[in-house]
Amino acid sequence: MAKQTALHGKHLEAGAKMVDFFSWDMPINYGSQIEEHHAVRRDAGMFDVSHMNIIDLHGARTREFLRYLLANDVAKLTVPGKALYSPMLNETGGIIDDLIVYFLQEDLFRVVANSATRDKDLAHINAHAKAFDVKVTERTEFANIAVQGPNAKAKVATLLTAEQRKAIDGMKPFFGQQAGDLFIATTGYTGEDGYEIVLPNEQAADFWQKLIDAGVAPAGLGARDTLRLEAGMNLYGQDMDETVSPLAANMGWTIAWAPEDRDFIGRKAIEQHKADGTFKLVGLVMEQKGVLRHGQRVVVAGGEGEITSGTFSPTLGFSIAIARVPANTADVAEVDIRGKMIPVKVIKPAFVRMGKSVI
Amino acid sequence: MSSIPNNLKYASSHEWVRDEGNGVYAVGISEHAQGLLGDMVFVELPSVGDSVTQGNDCAVAESVKAASDIYAPLSGEIVEINEALADAPELVNSSPYEDGWFFKIKVSDSAELAALLDADGYKNSIDE
Repeated sequence: MAKQTALHGKHLEAGAKMVDFFSWDMPINYGSQIEEHHAVRRDAGMFDVSHMNIIDLHGARTREFLRYLLANDVAKLTVPGKALYSPMLNETGGIIDDLIVYFLQEDLFRVVANSATRDKDLAHINAHAKAFDVKVTERTEFANIAVQGPNAKAKVATLLTAEQRKAIDGMKPFFGQQAGDLFIATTGYTGEDGYEIVLPNEQAADFWQKLIDAGVAPAGLGARDTLRLEAGMNLYGQDMDETVSPLAANMGWTIAWAPEDRDFIGRKAIEQHKADGTFKLVGLVMEQKGVLRHGQRVVVAGGEGEITSGTFSPTLGFSIAIARVPANTADVAEVDIRGKMIPVKVIKPAFVRMGKSVI
Repeated sequence: MSSIPNNLKYASSHEWVRDEGNGVYAVGISEHAQGLLGDMVFVELPSVGDSVTQGNDCAVAESVKAASDIYAPLSGEIVEINEALADAPELVNSSPYEDGWFFKIKVSDSAELAALLDADGYKNSIDE
């Protein structure tokens, strides 16, 4: 029996096409994936992301624990509410998961991690938390709604009390604040402005309906995937996993090498990866007709790689992809599409931000 | 419930066939099939003059979700392709039985029609 979020009934009511997503029954679209994609780029759309795993970490030594657990350094989090994106590595430098951690107070940090990796994440976190006397608590009583798009913040604001609006007024990107019953964060997975809003399960359906009434369009996992790919954001399990170094996943920026004496899980292994430097993650652009897909072979001068995520870009009107290729790859490549070698451009993996092409 | 017009024949692989007269048959995909594929973004059609064989792949329908082979429901020669799909592949979603047709075949053996399903037969095949 597939698990259901608190918004399951709202999805059925809207006629969503439901699919099994790593044991959750989730909406893939509500009719047209492309229309939902455009709603987010041009106005405001929302996603049920309640399947994502919210984990609170309590204890006086939580910061010390996270500095050991994560490749990025929570020492950067000096202001309460500030968030940080980080990979969680294993000893061989492979990626167990990618996550966002919020600094709430000195003895309380909140982690939002992927749902497909729930069991292994918890096993890994629990295994190391004991030594730091950190208490690990899953917050399954919460739903999570991502409201994204150029008009997302303004539409959410119409549902908030004066007090709640004040609590989040002027909040910079990558912050989260508790505002009444809502935990409102300026994060997302679309390359647009917006919020991710964590709220009690029993309030979720009502809040979702109010967002619909405020003109926010429900969007499914299909649009979520095309939006994140246009934004050049990795999808765990597809663009990286436990066999992939963060350095081969365009995640070098998420590793805090300094201070050199900070020991974190996987550090020694990725120092070696850095010295070896064999593969990198790039963006591909194909302006002729056709669609780049996951798994297609990429041929470059002197080597081969593979597309990890590919799609038609609804915003750009042609196909884009993320591919893992030899580190010395220059600015052109060929992709094997059903036996035909098609020339593509190689760029940094970012295609669309704030509704505009960044190619 | 998706529409399955009674005047068409169907392949179990979701293509429909319409008799255009003089041994020419138009081919497209069913409303049910376009619903499974989702928003169409690109259709790769055969060329006029190509020979196709019943049951062999001869076109590709690319939706945002996946690339799907389209199989020739009848053998023969391609005599016309739907040029409108080049700029408007979404016609396959909005009008699968009319504006969203793929190509027309001048059939070489009309006895092959017997292998196709009627509307009820196709309906049963997708209800399974």
